[in-house]
Amino acid sequence: MTARIERPLSPHLQTYRMTLTMALSVIHRATGIALYFGTLLLAWWLIAAASGPGAYAHVQAFTGSIIGKLIVFGYTWALLHHLVSGIRYFFWDLGYGFKANEREALTWGALIAGISLTVLVWIIAYTVGGGR
Amino acid sequence: MSRPSSMRTPLGRVRYLGSSHSGTSDFWRQRLTAVAMTLLIVPVIVIVLMLIGRNQAGAAQILGSLPIAIILVLFIIASVWHMKIGMQIIIEDYVHNEILKLASVMANNFFCIAVALASIYAIVKLSSGV
Repeated sequence: MTARIERPLSPHLQTYRMTLTMALSVIHRATGIALYFGTLLLAWWLIAAASGPGAYAHVQAFTGSIIGKLIVFGYTWALLHHLVSGIRYFFWDLGYGFKANEREALTWGALIAGISLTVLVWIIAYTVGGGR
Repeated sequence: MSRPSSMRTPLGRVRYLGSSHSGTSDFWRQRLTAVAMTLLIVPVIVIVLMLIGRNQAGAAQILGSLPIAIILVLFIIASVWHMKIGMQIIIEDYVHNEILKLASVMANNFFCIAVALASIYAIVKLSSGV
């Protein structure tokens, strides 16, 4: 019998110096998890709309509260950030944007676009409906 | 190896059994649903903005109209499928206990199917005006 060879394991996260693309990778996954549970809010809202005025008023009372507004604002950012951050992966999947300056630009672009689009959507939301 | 009676190597035992050809299906569907949502996000945001400030009757009327219902159902199918695959990848990355992993993957499937069905049922109900 040959002895079991103790091969080195690949080092885990804490071994590496934190880089921008790495941080955004973590944020991509974190926003994904947030959106996963955020769908409960979406389902609740749709079911309430289908149920009647009483149930819908509960949703509106929640989304109109400070906590509710913060959650919906966070949800908007998570959704839009995950979207633009995900568009980066389309470039990478197709084999583009791997040079150091390109991947940095794509990543900064995703970060800035995610925040800008969120603010834009909320400005429109306030202009259209005077807040939720 | 564990079966000394066999002279065959592990590679020899699996060779020519063929590939299942399904190794990249989740990867592909993750991208397929991602592209679908990228296309649908603008109409979906417009729909949500249209609903701001309306009461239940107004919201129900908008949500029940055919093009809006179809866009929302497409978006729900794409997003739930996408998040099911995404969460399964996270579970497979971090849950190493085999039983716990199976239970988590199963719970993930249940959660995603329940969210999808509940949301789609609500839209169908609004569309039929019951």
